[in-house]
Amino acid sequence: MPQHDVLIIGAGLAGQRAALAAADAGATVAIMSKVHPVRSHSVAAAGGINAAINPADDWRSHAFDTVKGSDFLGDQDAIEVMCREAPHEILHLEHIGVTFHRNEKGELDLRAFGGASMKRTAYVADITGQAILHVLYEQLMKYHETVARYEEWFTTSLIQDDDGTCVGCVARDIRTGVMETFTAKNVILASGGAGQCYKPTTNGLIVTGDGIAQAYRIGAPLMDMEMVQYHPTTLVENGFLITEGARGEGAHLLNAHGERFMEKTAPNKMELASRDVVSRAEQIEINEGRGVGPGGAGIALDVTVVPKKRVHEALREIVNIGKDFAGVDITAEPIIIRPGQHYIMGGVKTDIDGATPIEGLYAAGEVACVSVHGGNRLGANSLLDTLIFGRRSGEHAAARAAGMSMPTLSDEQMHADAAWIDEIIGRGRGGRRISEIKEELGTTMNQYCAVFRDAEGLDKAHEVVRRLKEEARTAYIDDRGTVFNQDVLGAIELGYMLDCAESIVVAAIERKESRGAQYRTDFPERNDEQWLKHIDIKVNGDDTPKVTYSPVTITQWQPEERKY
Amino acid sequence: MAEVHKEPQEFTLRIRRYDPESGEPAYWDEHTVELEPHRSVLEGILQARARFDGSIGIRCSCRAAICGSCGVRINGQPGLACHTHLDKAVASSRDGVIEVEPMGNMPVLKDLIVDMDQVHWKKVQRVTPWLVNKQPIPEREYIVPAYNMVDVTQSMACIQCGACVSDCLSMEVDPLFIGPAALAKAYRFVGDPRDAQQFERLKDLAEDPHGIYDCTHCFKCIEACPKGVAPMNQIMRLRRMAGDVHGINDRNNGHRHEIVFAHLIRDHGLLWEAELLPRSYGGDSFFGKFHPAAGAELVSSLPAITKALVRGKVTPMGALKPHKLPKQDLGQIHSIYDKVEGREEPYELNLYVTGYDEDESGAEGMPSAETGTPGMEPEESPSR
Ligand SMILES: Cc1cc2nc3c(=O)[nH]c(=O)nc-3n(C[C@H](O)[C@H](O)[C@H](O)COP(=O)(O)OP(=O)(O)OC[C@H]3O[C@@H](n4cnc5c(N)ncnc54)[C@H](O)[C@@H]3O)c2cc1C
Ligand code: SF4
Ligand code: SF4
Ligand code: FES
Repeated sequence: MPQHDVLIIGAGLAGQRAALAAADAGATVAIMSKVHPVRSHSVAAAGGINAAINPADDWRSHAFDTVKGSDFLGDQDAIEVMCREAPHEILHLEHIGVTFHRNEKGELDLRAFGGASMKRTAYVADITGQAILHVLYEQLMKYHETVARYEEWFTTSLIQDDDGTCVGCVARDIRTGVMETFTAKNVILASGGAGQCYKPTTNGLIVTGDGIAQAYRIGAPLMDMEMVQYHPTTLVENGFLITEGARGEGAHLLNAHGERFMEKTAPNKMELASRDVVSRAEQIEINEGRGVGPGGAGIALDVTVVPKKRVHEALREIVNIGKDFAGVDITAEPIIIRPGQHYIMGGVKTDIDGATPIEGLYAAGEVACVSVHGGNRLGANSLLDTLIFGRRSGEHAAARAAGMSMPTLSDEQMHADAAWIDEIIGRGRGGRRISEIKEELGTTMNQYCAVFRDAEGLDKAHEVVRRLKEEARTAYIDDRGTVFNQDVLGAIELGYMLDCAESIVVAAIERKESRGAQYRTDFPERNDEQWLKHIDIKVNGDDTPKVTYSPVTITQWQPEERKY
Repeated sequence: MAEVHKEPQEFTLRIRRYDPESGEPAYWDEHTVELEPHRSVLEGILQARARFDGSIGIRCSCRAAICGSCGVRINGQPGLACHTHLDKAVASSRDGVIEVEPMGNMPVLKDLIVDMDQVHWKKVQRVTPWLVNKQPIPEREYIVPAYNMVDVTQSMACIQCGACVSDCLSMEVDPLFIGPAALAKAYRFVGDPRDAQQFERLKDLAEDPHGIYDCTHCFKCIEACPKGVAPMNQIMRLRRMAGDVHGINDRNNGHRHEIVFAHLIRDHGLLWEAELLPRSYGGDSFFGKFHPAAGAELVSSLPAITKALVRGKVTPMGALKPHKLPKQDLGQIHSIYDKVEGREEPYELNLYVTGYDEDESGAEGMPSAETGTPGMEPEESPSR
């Protein structure tokens, strides 16, 4: 039975950063991922990473922009930590080899991003996430003797001892189908978001909310789950992302009349207002018949106003995406986009060290909710979040491990999970196909729990999710094998997605106001008096979520009206 | 604005299946899917999986050619399933059916899934794939030319998909060859001004018999790469830096071989096989063959030479006599040499600098880099 001081589940940016930090702190470390680490969805992050690194900038300005972007739902103590530590973290990345682009003086170059009061986004062309992820993996290869890697291992459950402390997990070796109990003094969840609850989404097929659901199932509270970000520029074609870097470099958004409609909602920041603001403005244009493209369902993103040379060196990836996936040369003509599901602000509730209310369990990255993003995440703040809180949880977990002995575990949970998997594989063909349920879930969430919401639609969504949960119990699969049985993992992931979707819908029903990404047409105003608080969702013995509240931490910035 | 909405059509996929648990050999499996023609082969496979058979094995996640999971061979050509349109795949098929197979040069684990750890990742680990910092590490960022960071971005853009490894000709012959992707990764450090071991890395890769001089210049990896990394060009950069910049005279004779090759062509217009080998080992002149090192190499190469003679690849007369080109043609060749050798610094084509893939041409308004080596017209590319 493998035993480690710190076991990290997930090898995206948050997980890899946590592993390196824990190893540097002297702990014995293992990192586990259901895909090879460089396939983790962090690889898709294009635009960049924020830090007040320019001497003329100040971390407080970054922090205020973040607080304002969050629509004052972010916890200001956590935001202060993130923004204060950001420049140091970027320099650390630079030192271990990230090839950040430079200005003519050879210093880090910075680009403009949405919701920011100055240029503070460091970048590597438009492959920033890939560049950082691959460089962290370079370090993991360097640390190959001190960090054990379980690549293509799928975590099925977290394990608690009698006191409720988290002491390990059960996982399946995808290559062989072997199940194993992993003992750990600390577990760090870094298993990413839950974008696949939606269709379309900018998120990869592996982003299925596994960690959020696994933590929820052992009683950890989920926070801010109603806050689901719709990114303003996703391809109408297939939901792929066009990075905010495009607008950062100066691209315009145009309606059917060729107007820069952002003038109406954000006369100062225009296209670079917060994402929730821009997405809503676009949706209004579309809903009121000023959309472009087939069915008027899109908005034109005009990149031709950006100098060609700049496009080629800094936005190459979206030139390719336009060419390969929409048949459009973005340097010559506008491309049609619309708001699309992109990011889950909510997640497993943690403190500023990544610790969840469950002893021994940490969470970092998109799976977690510290909360630094509150009601709306600023572009290029997520990579920062993964790294800062990945590192902090790695360090904190290593320190906790130093003072304790290795727990002893039985294989009980492992046997239970093995039986669960056998049961799924053995199901007769009476029920629905997994793929049908997933499809219905995604389209339902995108219809009723999107940019604009109301009680009626949310109730409908809740009903559908409850029904799908029922149907998932008997849904069948085709693959009966053990080697790379992706089919059975898909069935397990569907269960995780349904848990996440339910908590999203329940929280959205609960919040009877409009704040950040949550816009209720039946409650169109922000209501600080009643709703300046987090919604926490916990599992209730009988599989129905229980709602409680927790306060928002305010340090320096009192809520005010949000104008861009 | 391009109208890209097209009606769904039927496409038939012929997928190579292999179930390691069945004891049966690999077989072909056909499914017909219905999708718009500009959808990807991956979407086709996923539809087949969703509708007909959930057991089809393929790694995938991003669907957008960025995670590097879905490397396969489509109609025999390596690439990403998510990066190949269905209509284009039909056009390149033999019989209107899109054939999808696992990548080559790596063992198949199941269906379209290959063991990349055994081959690809082992080779990456071989090139010391991490930055060895120049000391002292500055308090703030290293100050480096903007050009260099844009330059190494081309090899940073590698998504480790393995498509180039799949069809590398040298690797087929010599499985120990470090290979295109890992060598492109090596360039990412050699070209990085923050790395302290440029010389050591180059020396290591030049001296390794399976290193940079093991590449046969076949272009397969450039064709295969979905991200424009152009691994062969990175390998050529490594060679140029090893030989020309650091003067590394590797024991594989790779650098001398290149020089002699170039000189023979300059002088004769065509290759003179009988002189190539001895001159590379013994020295770049007509007397090279009398050097002891050349003699030793000639003896050890005798079996290969005999084989070439037997197969008629080399004729005794042709090999012994220098080939001749008409005078005016030779003059043209000389002017190419003059132009290339007369340059102040070697031009490198980097798509992040020029904005154009190296296999694209005829682009107007080539932008040039802000600092460092200027951009150049694609038709002047030294590598094509
Ligand atoms: C297209 C796109 C572009 C983006 N651009 C930007 C940007 O420019 N700037 C920015 O700041 N943010 C951006 N984001 C957001 C940002 O990329 C993500 O929020 C962030 O990368 C999440 O990182 P993570 O480490 O938390 O999770 P991930 O990178 O998603 O990693 C999750 C890991 O968990 C593993 N895992 C999951 N479930 C299991 C399981 N059951 N068992 C074992 N392992 C498991 C996975 O294998 C993976 O290794 C973008 C997001 C998208 C989708
Ligand atoms: S050019 Fe060289 S590295 Fe590339 S495929 Fe051919 S032999 Fe392999
Ligand atoms: S060089 Fe290109 S083909 Fe080879 S692994 Fe990298 S991205 Fe894939
Ligand atoms: S699915 Fe990510 S590269 Fe094809």
